[in-house]
Amino acid sequence: MGLRRVAIVGAGLTKFMRRAQETPKELAYEAAKLALDSCGLRLKDIDSVTIGTAPDAFDGVHRKGEFLADGSGGFGKPTMRHYVGGGTGCFSPTHGWFHVASGMFDTCLVVAEEKMSCAFPHPAGAFLTIFDHTTEQPLYPTLIWIFAMEMNRYMNTYGIPKELIAKVSVKNKGNALDHPAAQVAEKITVEDVLNSEVMAYPVNRLDISPVSDGAAAIVLAAEHVAERITDKPIWIDGMGWNLETSYWCTRDLAYPDYVEKAARMAYKMAGITEPHRQIDIAEPYDPFSYKELHHMEGLLLCGKGEAPQLLADGVTERTGRLPCCPSGGAMGVGNPIAATGLMKVIEIFLQLREEAGARQVPGKPRTGIAQAWGDLMQVGTVVVMRR
Amino acid sequence: MELKKEMLRGTQLSESDFRAGKVITTDWKPELHYAWDNGVGIGYYLAQLKAGKITASFCNKCNRIMLPPRAFCELCFKPTDGWVDVLDTGTINTFSVSLVDWAARRIKKGERPHTPAVIEIDGASPGHGMLHLIGEIDPYEIKIGMRVKAVWKKPEERTGSITDILYFKPIREPKASRKK
Repeated sequence: MGLRRVAIVGAGLTKFMRRAQETPKELAYEAAKLALDSCGLRLKDIDSVTIGTAPDAFDGVHRKGEFLADGSGGFGKPTMRHYVGGGTGCFSPTHGWFHVASGMFDTCLVVAEEKMSCAFPHPAGAFLTIFDHTTEQPLYPTLIWIFAMEMNRYMNTYGIPKELIAKVSVKNKGNALDHPAAQVAEKITVEDVLNSEVMAYPVNRLDISPVSDGAAAIVLAAEHVAERITDKPIWIDGMGWNLETSYWCTRDLAYPDYVEKAARMAYKMAGITEPHRQIDIAEPYDPFSYKELHHMEGLLLCGKGEAPQLLADGVTERTGRLPCCPSGGAMGVGNPIAATGLMKVIEIFLQLREEAGARQVPGKPRTGIAQAWGDLMQVGTVVVMRR
Repeated sequence: MELKKEMLRGTQLSESDFRAGKVITTDWKPELHYAWDNGVGIGYYLAQLKAGKITASFCNKCNRIMLPPRAFCELCFKPTDGWVDVLDTGTINTFSVSLVDWAARRIKKGERPHTPAVIEIDGASPGHGMLHLIGEIDPYEIKIGMRVKAVWKKPEERTGSITDILYFKPIREPKASRKK
């Protein structure tokens, strides 16, 4: 394509928390600083900055990109914000990739931050205005409704029992026990999930990721620079993103077609023809338990309606053939929206470098994928990484 | 470099920190109102709801009868070709029984659970329909595939809003006449 190869060379995170004392820019700073330190760079070594953050309504602050810019090392530099709702964090590497692959910059600091805790009575209320203001808002929808209805359609279409879906929470909250940033890591059982209070049938409390504050950051570098910075660069080899209709009632709610389109775009770029064989490790977006399964199918890691069985068979455990959300995911580590997607990218980065510590999957994984999803259940963002 | 717990920053605040007055916050309650113009497609839709009708727009090129109606076809990217009234009956595509409100607060004790559904409307293209509520049935008896019909506000109470339909209620139909 006449473009330069781009590597991730450094990564940083904050803890993920229900309510952080730090301001958004302080959180961004902590993640960005750790990312720079992790690869021995200083801010002066960074040519450009991209910032990912989701709805302004969480913070009640407009121009959130500029608001976060000093914490993200962005003052006095070519700085840009990107935003595709919950899909933001896995779009962040793509945004940075353009800066570096194009040849305009040799290094780019990519920062994703979310502080959800400022909105009252509950940050879920900030989502009211994602619905159509005339045809839907007067019915006072909550975001949980559309998840519940999508989950119901998914279960009904393929005859999936709730017990199989609950196992996503069990696996991911368990995996998160080994994650240093984890907010809601715990050892639970399928019964705990099924017995937790019903929020909106078929969604129980333990099917939902928590409200979180947190930040994540990575450092990108062009090939010739990356190899000076680290002997373990992780290459961004494929990217895809796709936007489906806002007329969400019209969509096939049982299958995320837009995730498939995004995945196919990323696979084509990465030369992947058989994703279920060629991908060693995956971080599908899991803001709700069923979404991990929904997204595994959209990512073509298995056939439609087959993901619950793979989960039941242990295939997606850390020790399985296709580990999914070895980090603990949004369900376990927490879900500061934009930062979650980038946390997933960082997990793949660490796993491919064999630096994931107690979370390390066996078998020296070579190819990994991270995916996020968002807006009105309509955007898929995908990144394929290799060592 | 492995990321270890002691390297990660961030200070979790707890309820007790606030009760103990250890944390100062700045509070802001915006007082801001919006008047959203309904536009060409939805404007007509609302006028028709006020008249007790559900009206779609159609695209002859894509062969779609679209709900909610729109002024332009987003697929073939041309103006739509006209309006067509559809029925006020349909089929439940999916639903939920919600015990939380729009701000994720639990509904009051004894309050009927909220029962949102995606309803595919008869006469519109397959899959085209709307988000609305289901009523006149025990929430736990609602099923995907159930046939439903709109329950309208009285004509004099309608304002030209999606809430001119109060909710959809289940209907029984003889099997032979059941529409897909």
